[in-house]
Amino acid sequence: MDNSPQSISPPSVDVGVDPISQGDVEIETYQVVRPDGSFDADRVPDVDDEALRDLYRWMLLQRVYDNRATKLQRRGRLGTVASGRGQEAAIIGSGFALSQDDWIFPYGREAGALLMHGLSMRDLLLYWRGIEDASKMEGANIFGMAISIGSHIPLATGKAWGMQLAGEESIAFANLGDGATSTGAFHEGMNFAGVLDAPAVYFCQNNQYAISLPFEKQTNADTVAQKALAYGVDGIRVDGNDVLAVYNAVSKARERALEGNPVLVEAVTYRRGAHTTSDDPTRYRSEEEVDEWEKRDPLERYQAFLEETGRWDDIDEEAIREEVEEEFSAAVDAADEFEERGIEEIFSYLHEETPPELQRQLEEFRELLEERPDMYEYIETRPKG
Amino acid sequence: MNATIIQAVNDALHEEMGNDEQTVVFGQDVAESGGVFRATEGLKEEFGGERVLDTPLSEIAIVGSAVGLATHGFRPIAEIQFSGFLPPAFDQLVTNASRIRWRTRGELTAPMVVRTPYGAGVRALEHHSESLESIYGHVPGLKVAIPSTPHDAKGMLISAIRDPDPVLFMEPKHVYRSYREDIDEGTYTEPLGEAAVRQEGEDLTVISWGAMMHQTLEAVENLADKGVDAEVIDLRTISPLDKETIVESVKKTGRCVVVHEAAKTGGFGAEIAATINDEALMYLEAPIERVAGFDVPVPLLSMEDYYIPPPPRIEEAIKDTVAY
Repeated sequence: MDNSPQSISPPSVDVGVDPISQGDVEIETYQVVRPDGSFDADRVPDVDDEALRDLYRWMLLQRVYDNRATKLQRRGRLGTVASGRGQEAAIIGSGFALSQDDWIFPYGREAGALLMHGLSMRDLLLYWRGIEDASKMEGANIFGMAISIGSHIPLATGKAWGMQLAGEESIAFANLGDGATSTGAFHEGMNFAGVLDAPAVYFCQNNQYAISLPFEKQTNADTVAQKALAYGVDGIRVDGNDVLAVYNAVSKARERALEGNPVLVEAVTYRRGAHTTSDDPTRYRSEEEVDEWEKRDPLERYQAFLEETGRWDDIDEEAIREEVEEEFSAAVDAADEFEERGIEEIFSYLHEETPPELQRQLEEFRELLEERPDMYEYIETRPKG
Repeated sequence: MNATIIQAVNDALHEEMGNDEQTVVFGQDVAESGGVFRATEGLKEEFGGERVLDTPLSEIAIVGSAVGLATHGFRPIAEIQFSGFLPPAFDQLVTNASRIRWRTRGELTAPMVVRTPYGAGVRALEHHSESLESIYGHVPGLKVAIPSTPHDAKGMLISAIRDPDPVLFMEPKHVYRSYREDIDEGTYTEPLGEAAVRQEGEDLTVISWGAMMHQTLEAVENLADKGVDAEVIDLRTISPLDKETIVESVKKTGRCVVVHEAAKTGGFGAEIAATINDEALMYLEAPIERVAGFDVPVPLLSMEDYYIPPPPRIEEAIKDTVAY
């Protein structure tokens, strides 16, 4: 029998302890255009018709890019790729709300947002071909891809801190998935941002899956957005298949961030494709579920809005499609022309000045390659990239 | 049965989960989809969702909760999907897993396994190709096992699960499916901390482990025609290190080449060279050669093949050592 001081029975009367729980806070999912195409006129962003047309073009480009990149991978001409299929509104709506001075911390699926930010499609393809040079993300304020999930959140916090110290009018913008919200780096980076008043926006594309794990098993929290409260930062939950809603939400988040309030935005969407080209989603989810989300297609919903407001007639969908298909083909051609590189590439950029031992390793390797030119012949017989 | 390494791992998990009800398998994508490499395929169906679980994307919590679970009488078998994602959990391995027995003076222990595929060559994305075994091998209290054959993968994994202390079980994913061999049905063990002599020889000792064993054996075979009689040691366990097998062999041959995929500087080859220096210096007839990855991160996929030492690089080192 437990005779310890702790053995007294707990109080049976109400002593007024009332735990807070997640149901206490109501979190709205912001929307502009409803799935049936009807919309809230007060919420339509105040941008010109050309911008509204552009949004459609970019979404279509994202879709074409994902289709074509996946096909290229299957033919052995790209490495593993991650598609943004189904997330076009989240990707494009958020990218469209940024300024070129902002820094994007990409997580892999946001091709359209990166291209919009100034990256060339050739370089994006070269990156997925595993070519180091493309990691420069030349000509655009784009950080390296966060392949180690969640690892970029503290980096974005630090970048934003730097922008604030430098007195710049720009933000750090991190893309992440629902899986990343379970990492320690996410929690620590968000908390830090709150403490530093960092001008950062953390944009979680909650696409319901981290490879095979559904969101409800990723966390017991009902939403990602509510996590913001724990860090003392702002949170927004938005329909991630509604491009105008995402655009408004991220515009607002950006404005708040510039005032010194970091924001966690959750865009609720769905990953309609596989996790990457190495994954087979039929092992863990039903076709019915995928079909259900196909009915909430972001392009179709936006098209319905454009039709409803009389703008669709000015859009030549076929012509846009041809144009972006051509853009992709040209990028592949340019990538194919990328000149062959030498082994120096492996050794360069690790240090500003190559240390003697590494230099020695490079020279020995060069000599050996001269002595044994057949040494790597087998590489040539393997599929390209 | 005839099995690849990945099938042998899967077989070992089925065996030991059947033998020991205290075992629990968890990690990312291990249950519903059977693991990204299919190592845990069929386990959930056979042993149920309480003992085979998909976890959130949280390496720190996977390894840290394995320690807690282990101190409570369970036998956690955690999977870290790629060893490149293990570094966040390094804290849990170093701060807790490796020293829980030591810091509680034996009151609490962590009999647990962290399985993780390591190494380059499968054309994956960045951070999927590392060989960081020497970093983990440097942590006192942590065992580090690296099988290279299907037979060893099964027997050593069962030993690791039964081990009273934490074991990091690094699986050579480059050769997960490249080689098959007949392995025994049912339960058997292969000891941790014992190297295997794969081939006896007189001219020199060649030591390797994991995926590099295959390039090493190919190089040795190519030179056999040219009259080089090599002894080949598969280290199998980085920590504890089987010094006796290494030292006995080098005393016999007087020459040694160590081959590993990890970066050369601070790699485990240095520890082996130091061991030989301590215990067999006067038997050496040539300097110990190391063939290793370069002191750089594993390149992205288009250049990664240049990083992994190919058989000709190993052959050159063997020839130099024998001719010295």
